[in-house]
Amino acid sequence: MWQALYVAIWLSALLGLAVPLGRYMARVFSGERVFLTRILRPLEKLVHRLCGVDETREMTAREYGSSVVVFTLASLVLLFLLQALQRLLPLNPQCLAGVHWHTAINTAISFVTNTNWQSYGGEYTMSYFTQMLGLAVQNFVSAGVGIAAFLAMVRGFIRKETGTIGNFWSDMTRSIVYVLLPLSFVFALFLASQGVVQTLRPSTTVQTLEGTNQTIAVGPAASQIAIKQLGSNGGGFFNANSAHPFENPNWVSNFLELLAILLIPVALVFTLGHMLRNPKQGRALFYAMAVLFLLGLGIALASELAGNPALRQLGVENGSNLAGKETRFGIVNSVLWGQSTTCTSNGSVNSMHDAASPVTGLVYMFNMGIGEAIFGGVGVGLMTMLFYVVLTMFIAGLMIGRTPEFLGKKLGPFEMVMAVIGVLLPPVVLLIGAALAVLLPSARASLANPTAHGLSEILYAYLSAAGNNGSAFAGLNADTPFYNLTLGLTMLVGRFATILPGLAIAGALARKKRVPSSIATFPTTGILFVVMLVSVIIIVGALTYFPMFTLGPVLEHVTLTGGGAL
Amino acid sequence: MERRTATLIEPRLLLRALGQSLRKLSPVSLWRNPVMLAVELGALVTTVFIGIDAARGNGVGFVLQVSIWLWFTVIFANFAEALAEAQGSARAESLRKSRHDLVARVLREDGSTEPVPATKLRKDDVILLKDGEVIAGDGEVIEGTSLVDESAITGESAPVIREAGGDRSGVTGGSRVLSGSIKVRITANPGETFLDNMIKMVESARRHKTPNEIALEILLIGLTVLFIVVVVTLPAFAGYMGVSTTVPILISLLVCLMPTTIGGLLPAIGIAGTDRLLQHNIIALSGRAIEAAGDVDVVLLDKTGTITLGNRMATELIPATGATREETIEAAMLSSLSDETPEGRSIVVLCKNELGIKGRDIRAPEGAVFVPFSAQTRMSGIDASGRRIRKGSVDAVRAWVESAGGAFSDDLVRRVEALAAQGDTPLVIADGPRLIGVIRLKDVLKQGIKARLSQLRQLGIKSVMITGDNPLTAASIAAEAGLDDFAAQARPEVKLEMIRKYQADGHLLAMIGDGTNDAPALAQADVAVAMNAGTQAAREAANMIDLDSNPTKLLDIVEVGKQILITRGALTTFSIANDVSKYFAIVPAIFTAVYPRLGFLNVMHLTNPSSAVLAAVVFNAIIIPMLIPIALRGVRFRTTSVSALLRLNLLVYGVGGLLLPFLGIKLLDLLIVWLHLA
Repeated sequence: MWQALYVAIWLSALLGLAVPLGRYMARVFSGERVFLTRILRPLEKLVHRLCGVDETREMTAREYGSSVVVFTLASLVLLFLLQALQRLLPLNPQCLAGVHWHTAINTAISFVTNTNWQSYGGEYTMSYFTQMLGLAVQNFVSAGVGIAAFLAMVRGFIRKETGTIGNFWSDMTRSIVYVLLPLSFVFALFLASQGVVQTLRPSTTVQTLEGTNQTIAVGPAASQIAIKQLGSNGGGFFNANSAHPFENPNWVSNFLELLAILLIPVALVFTLGHMLRNPKQGRALFYAMAVLFLLGLGIALASELAGNPALRQLGVENGSNLAGKETRFGIVNSVLWGQSTTCTSNGSVNSMHDAASPVTGLVYMFNMGIGEAIFGGVGVGLMTMLFYVVLTMFIAGLMIGRTPEFLGKKLGPFEMVMAVIGVLLPPVVLLIGAALAVLLPSARASLANPTAHGLSEILYAYLSAAGNNGSAFAGLNADTPFYNLTLGLTMLVGRFATILPGLAIAGALARKKRVPSSIATFPTTGILFVVMLVSVIIIVGALTYFPMFTLGPVLEHVTLTGGGAL
Repeated sequence: MERRTATLIEPRLLLRALGQSLRKLSPVSLWRNPVMLAVELGALVTTVFIGIDAARGNGVGFVLQVSIWLWFTVIFANFAEALAEAQGSARAESLRKSRHDLVARVLREDGSTEPVPATKLRKDDVILLKDGEVIAGDGEVIEGTSLVDESAITGESAPVIREAGGDRSGVTGGSRVLSGSIKVRITANPGETFLDNMIKMVESARRHKTPNEIALEILLIGLTVLFIVVVVTLPAFAGYMGVSTTVPILISLLVCLMPTTIGGLLPAIGIAGTDRLLQHNIIALSGRAIEAAGDVDVVLLDKTGTITLGNRMATELIPATGATREETIEAAMLSSLSDETPEGRSIVVLCKNELGIKGRDIRAPEGAVFVPFSAQTRMSGIDASGRRIRKGSVDAVRAWVESAGGAFSDDLVRRVEALAAQGDTPLVIADGPRLIGVIRLKDVLKQGIKARLSQLRQLGIKSVMITGDNPLTAASIAAEAGLDDFAAQARPEVKLEMIRKYQADGHLLAMIGDGTNDAPALAQADVAVAMNAGTQAAREAANMIDLDSNPTKLLDIVEVGKQILITRGALTTFSIANDVSKYFAIVPAIFTAVYPRLGFLNVMHLTNPSSAVLAAVVFNAIIIPMLIPIALRGVRFRTTSVSALLRLNLLVYGVGGLLLPFLGIKLLDLLIVWLHLA
């Protein structure tokens, strides 16, 4: 059972880093001094002065939300222009042309929403200038927006009888300056030391042993890969993402890039506990997420290790499913990565999910389908989890005979509207998008495999967009106007249907009094809470996707195990 | 106490509810219940498909059955609501009858009286009542005292005293004057009396949804929208995979997935809750207050009448140094023989007990002169056979003894102080200059109050006592009764301050009040119960009225409030958990024709696709009437830890809701096939 041992070691390493980071972030976001304050405070002040931010100015939920929307839309326009005009801009040694309008729109949405869905191939579409000033910058700020929104939501639970939930600009600056930048800096240096390229030189062309010419793409990769892993971005510098040796050269870099996917999302759960002055609450949410994570991981690992029954029938010994995987990483590293990346809305890959077994694909799709609540994207994942908590506590509150509350805040109709939007709107939009895709002949033409597997590919694309994940099931040529636009819209819904309801809940809760807890209050730190929360997530996910998953991965699985081709 | 109970299955009510449930099919009335409105639309479309299929020459048996059961789903839901309403109005009507055909004697300005029918009585009319007459309307006694039988209203058989002035002046229409003549000023116009309020309340439970109901409904609507999208997009995915779907089957799937069980029973739960309070003889004037009752975590209780019997009782006689026990008893008894105050009577009873002469009549000696209590002397007593026996407070008796040339012993002072320290009231007895002893007066707790308070504590509710007593006395009673907190030497406005203070800390407060000076506090409290015998001001400020005027009712109110919420939560959980099995019934039915391998999802081994869909639809419909008793009676509420309560309810309604339909649908499938319906 060395696989289990490896997972255990990796998890311990993750916790060993995430727990202290969680405490560090809680201090930073509560405005306390940390060991980096001396160095970073001047930088933070400089940013504030340059941008004209008054960090003491408190915002209402409405102001906070408008700031997020304005900032995101402005970034979107800027990113679109950068791509469209890259031919005229510097640092374009490959002389790449301006990006197609619909690809550019899709990419702009994708990167400002922290999705990093890539309907293009990185190395032969985007100039270094676009990658560094456009995509890499968005990797930072879109993650910063996510953390800021999460902070505002937490303040809704902490504060009482006030109309404000913090200052968006200051929250975002602080999360970038104190968390994302230092971590990325260290991580990028480390990656470069392991052989990840970091250069502004153009691609090199070499003559291979067969005598043909091969173009080897290079570029400023290390700096972008660090933040792509840490900030739940996932957009690779190269098309092959972290399966590419220049992005992920060896097992050490793989181990750490894997850690980086989950580091901040996990740490934020503990940060939540510290900020609430209720570390037990943070741990309870961690346990709920960990249960779902390990459940999915176990299923996927079992399925991949069992391998393809069709191969077994052909007499292949030890038929683990190695299709689409880097042999240097093997099954466990690939599945662990796949599970981590689909749980966290990261979306970077080190294996091709398309080639995973149908059951593994089902697990990945479920992770995204429930709205990336299992650790989730930086900040926003925890917000989605809190929506589920609101739903859970509503039912739990009723069943103990109290009007529902969580952390001493009463949950009324308004909070319910927002939680329902946050949990249900993304699935509604993605189902409609996927249904359109299978209905339109032009969209169906993009499919390489028009079968149960093809259905999975389309579903996966929309699940990935709605979850702001960004990973792809491949096999689907999504760089068409239809897919670029519908997926773009789905990404926007996935992003704003999380952040805006979350801020609205924060604003409403901040205005409320806090009800003191008594023996009549349901303890939200116990095992019963964890079990109930996990059940609610699984049941909501199962009820939403039962028919589609039956026709996609489940049908593919029974066909596969039945031995016949469809 | 006797309670009016209406049995659930009263044929007259069932019949009326049945009629109502058909009338409620109108979309205008269903508009208020979006989930059931969606079901009705589905039923309508399916009905249209009967015609379409018939025109195409297809068999209509299946579509016909589906559409019939969809209509039944709506009717069953309407029936639940109608039944709850019928029960409430039946109860109200029986009360209303008690006032029928009454004629009141209205006093005119010239002093003459004029007969006026009860239904024509206006506010501020003054009516005259004498022995045996029934009071024609709600009002306030402005002159006289009388013994009133309120059993017609409250079910309480013991008559109560109602008198002008003070806090016991309210009378209710329908009650009967047993003795005494009174003048009553009518305080409510026709249509505004408590009976009318109650009937309005029963009806408004339907019209005004509480915030919690609205929140739950939002969740249900959200799920409904999600399932509509799931079902509407399904043909696209199915078509892509070469599976054709029919509209009736899709609608069946949709209706089965939608939370119809809770959606159908939700209105009934609220109405039934109001009705259950009525069974406890409490009129809730707003549904919001009933829900708030489930949340209350602090109750304010008046000491007198709620926690203690209201009068101090003599419990011990302590002889002074130099006096014998018999002497003390004799003096105490003599001084109290003509003392008609409750304290005085309790002293006589104690003395008789001490002497073992219970029941025998004891008279004061010939020629004795009783000295009544006066504000100046603050003593009472008797002058007989040359003795001048006085009893009174320490200071008063000390002055009396010293003026007669006697001396107060230090020993006695110590004893008196010890008694006061325990919260009791000492009365000192002296005969002229001679000290005889001390009578210990004690506040006696009402029977069962300790148990009730401890039940409250188990529910997480703090009890706070308000009293005018000094802090020592208050602390002693609080300790004895097991109260969490008290406010001593409280003036009326202290109540208001306390409520505000607790509310500022986020607590929800309940209080019971009766006097006019309670009105501001009642208006501020989250759950404000006025006693029906209380003043008009108190009744207007409250959001519930206790017809029995029994202050310990709060526990019942809290329980009913919690029950309503628990019932909602339990049925919601049940409804959502049900969906899993319905997927396993219908999804294989749709797909297995083209993909037989998906047959493994048919875990119930349902006979054929038609029987599977029908079984699911029928189960979905009949579960509503089967759960009506739970909706109307409420899920049983146990006073245990919240975690234990939640675990139990999750097990019964969550896990049960997951598993039960698998069994139910399987049985229905067998039945449907046996009857050759599919």
